[in-house]
Amino acid sequence: MFAYIARRIVYVIPIVICVALVCFLLVHITPGDPLVAVLPADASQELAAQLRSAYGFDRPLPVQFGLWLWRALHGDLGSSIATGRPVLTEVMRAVGNTVMLAVAAAMIGFTFGLLFGLIAGYFRDTWVDKVATSVAIAGVSLPHYWLGMVLVIIFSVQLNWLPAVGAGPGGSGAWAWDWEHLRYLVLPAITTSVIPMGIITRTVRALTGDILSQDFVEALRAKGLRETAVFRHVVKNAAPTALAVMGLQLGYMLGGSILIETVFSWPGSGLLLNSAIFQRDLPLLQGTILVLALFFVLLNLLVDIAQAAIDPRIKRS
Amino acid sequence: MRNKKIKAAAVMLACALAAGAPAAAGAETVLRIGMTAADIPRTLGQPDQGFEGNRFTGLTMYDALTMWDLSSADKASVVIPGLATEWKVDDADKTKWTFKLRPGVTFHDGSPFNADAVVWNVDKVLKQDAPQFDPSQVGVTASRMPTLVSARKIDDMTVELLTREPDSFLPINLTNLFMASPAKWQQFYGKAEGADAKARSQAAWAAFAKDASGTGPWKMSSFTPRERLELVKNDNYWDKARVPKVDKMVLLPMPEANARTAALLSGQVNWIEAPAPDALPEIKQRGFVLYSNEEPHVWPWQFSRVEGSPWNDIRVRKAANLCVDREGLRDGLLAGLMVPATGTFEPGHPWRGNPTFQIKYDKPAAQKLMQEAGYGPNRKLTVKVQTSASGSGQMLPLPMNEYLQQALAECYFDVQLDVIEWNTLFTNWRRGAKDPSANGSNATNVTYAAMDPFFALVRFLQSGMAPPVSNNWGFINNPKFDELVKKARQTFDPVARDAALAELHAASVDDAAFLYVAHDVAPRAMSPKIKGFVQAKSWFVDFSPVTIVP
Repeated sequence: MFAYIARRIVYVIPIVICVALVCFLLVHITPGDPLVAVLPADASQELAAQLRSAYGFDRPLPVQFGLWLWRALHGDLGSSIATGRPVLTEVMRAVGNTVMLAVAAAMIGFTFGLLFGLIAGYFRDTWVDKVATSVAIAGVSLPHYWLGMVLVIIFSVQLNWLPAVGAGPGGSGAWAWDWEHLRYLVLPAITTSVIPMGIITRTVRALTGDILSQDFVEALRAKGLRETAVFRHVVKNAAPTALAVMGLQLGYMLGGSILIETVFSWPGSGLLLNSAIFQRDLPLLQGTILVLALFFVLLNLLVDIAQAAIDPRIKRS
Repeated sequence: MRNKKIKAAAVMLACALAAGAPAAAGAETVLRIGMTAADIPRTLGQPDQGFEGNRFTGLTMYDALTMWDLSSADKASVVIPGLATEWKVDDADKTKWTFKLRPGVTFHDGSPFNADAVVWNVDKVLKQDAPQFDPSQVGVTASRMPTLVSARKIDDMTVELLTREPDSFLPINLTNLFMASPAKWQQFYGKAEGADAKARSQAAWAAFAKDASGTGPWKMSSFTPRERLELVKNDNYWDKARVPKVDKMVLLPMPEANARTAALLSGQVNWIEAPAPDALPEIKQRGFVLYSNEEPHVWPWQFSRVEGSPWNDIRVRKAANLCVDREGLRDGLLAGLMVPATGTFEPGHPWRGNPTFQIKYDKPAAQKLMQEAGYGPNRKLTVKVQTSASGSGQMLPLPMNEYLQQALAECYFDVQLDVIEWNTLFTNWRRGAKDPSANGSNATNVTYAAMDPFFALVRFLQSGMAPPVSNNWGFINNPKFDELVKKARQTFDPVARDAALAELHAASVDDAAFLYVAHDVAPRAMSPKIKGFVQAKSWFVDFSPVTIVP
């Protein structure tokens, strides 16, 4: 197991370097001026040149990349052009808010996804299956930003039960784990959870149906095992794939949703990316993408390890 | 048992009254504003995010030497004394200005405002070897006062400003230079850590942005980056008439129009900028109040005047201006949220002048002009305009351009649209019509603010402002404009200067220099409990007279 983990970690290193390179290059090949946040369009070319030099954008691209990577390796992602604040602080604050949202959404989405998937799989081709599958298809198909707006109209504007926007009455900086604050999380978390719930329902339904049709399940039943014991075997066999899908979904949610976070003004990484894109704030954009990409890499690593722990066949292969 | 219940009820009632009484007597009034910005504009003195930044984190916490009169919804907003009480240009050397400073003004940290503070604030953006020099503040400041070179202290309450060339616009430009507290910054600089002076300076500015100090009517009380800025009223503000009547103002970034609207309708905020246009009927129906007024903003087509451009023919330029039904655009597509443009400035503005060419909807006259220019139903003139799908100040660029496309087709124009991303369009604007980035376009559709003469007129009309110097994108080269710009810049009596600017503006309208289409009206919606608000004809707002009734 240790060798397996070590091998997976070694594989991560080239991936991280490639991710860093892609992050850096992607934002440089997009059109627009990286100084647009601090340089109005009416500024003269002379002033633009002066600032380009002050920010180091007049240096060759490989030199800029080298310097950026060197600083990033030392935990310094530079400062935002627009705000002057350290990128790492900005990203970590936003990521913290997105993690909170993602975990809340995962709790809702994974719970209902697993539940609906297992029920649909166990009662395949019955009306129960059809209801659960319809819910799953609706979850995957509905545009989540649209759903968010509809929920806001119903629960905030019409019923006035829940707040429409924000991360707490005093912002995320004054967050507390009480209902006064948690009520701000309800609508964005439900909206975020809908897609993973649909995907997990469909995955688990297919897996359950597939496993139930296998010979070993018949053998288990023939041996006289009770249905709960058979169910445990089904869950254990479905777990590696379901876990991989859940890991990916959690990764997507940790990446933040630009649309959902914008609709709810939730100060997470999606909103941060949105702001960085519109302001052409290259250091912030690069830093945010890098941190989010690393999240994905890390999550995949953890899922690989968890899968290997559950299913010894993976470790051996 | 019954007695116990009565006692309990009495205790609860007493508690409720005790809790409620002080709240009712001294209830804090809080203005909660949903901004269109995606982030809190910079708080360190020179805000980013254009004039929305100046509106919320510039003019609230800071003052400049000169300021805008925002007291009237009817008259044009003009420059009035701010932290300077009077100013004059040197009779012998017109590049030297003397500003007398307002006595008795203190920064929020208690330190005095004086000539040293003015010199320090000029140096923060112009003197590269000054410890407080901050490149991040240079772009948004220096570009708005292009001729200012330096500042010198004469005595504690008098300062001399030097310009590169005689420039009567300087007092207007200075509305953009906000006075931050040198003493407060110095405290942070003293404690800052960093490898060198530059790093320490950056650290000091970062700390200052979190705990800012200006002289404005509002003081920073708490700041959560990207989420909220809380300001409290400055009871010691130097202009007692402008001490805020509301205790606190909370600024919340809400870039999405529907989110802002929902926040207003659900009572989370009591003021929003730019509500979602299709929600206006519901906003009104629920009793919220809508405000709008003509803004110094122009939605134009800026013509290319390089060799071979079809816009070099004045008949074509005039025909385009006469072929657009602006009232139809206002009442239809924009649901009333625009003012038809008949120039950069409308009648009543001191810089309007008396143009002889009347911009209005007159299709027969437009068709006649086009026929005289050699075009007709069977020989259409193909023109190409570069625009964006969205962008700050662009209103509804695509539908509006499609409206123009249809309107101009009736006057024998074949309009092609080259739609590019907003920031790219902005960048191309600096490069000019001759640059490959123009992609064959002979007009560009970048909206502009018309707060001061340089930005409203000079940068577009003066031949020396052609790229790479400034925004004369189309390379207009009209000796008359150059002469009038020079005259306006060198006329130092404010009334005579305004007359010279009016002459320049009239000349530009007579020359149909742009296709003038619309002025934005800065719509905002607020709770009916908000009283005393005056929406001036400006990008800016005075929050001081606003009250909230219970």
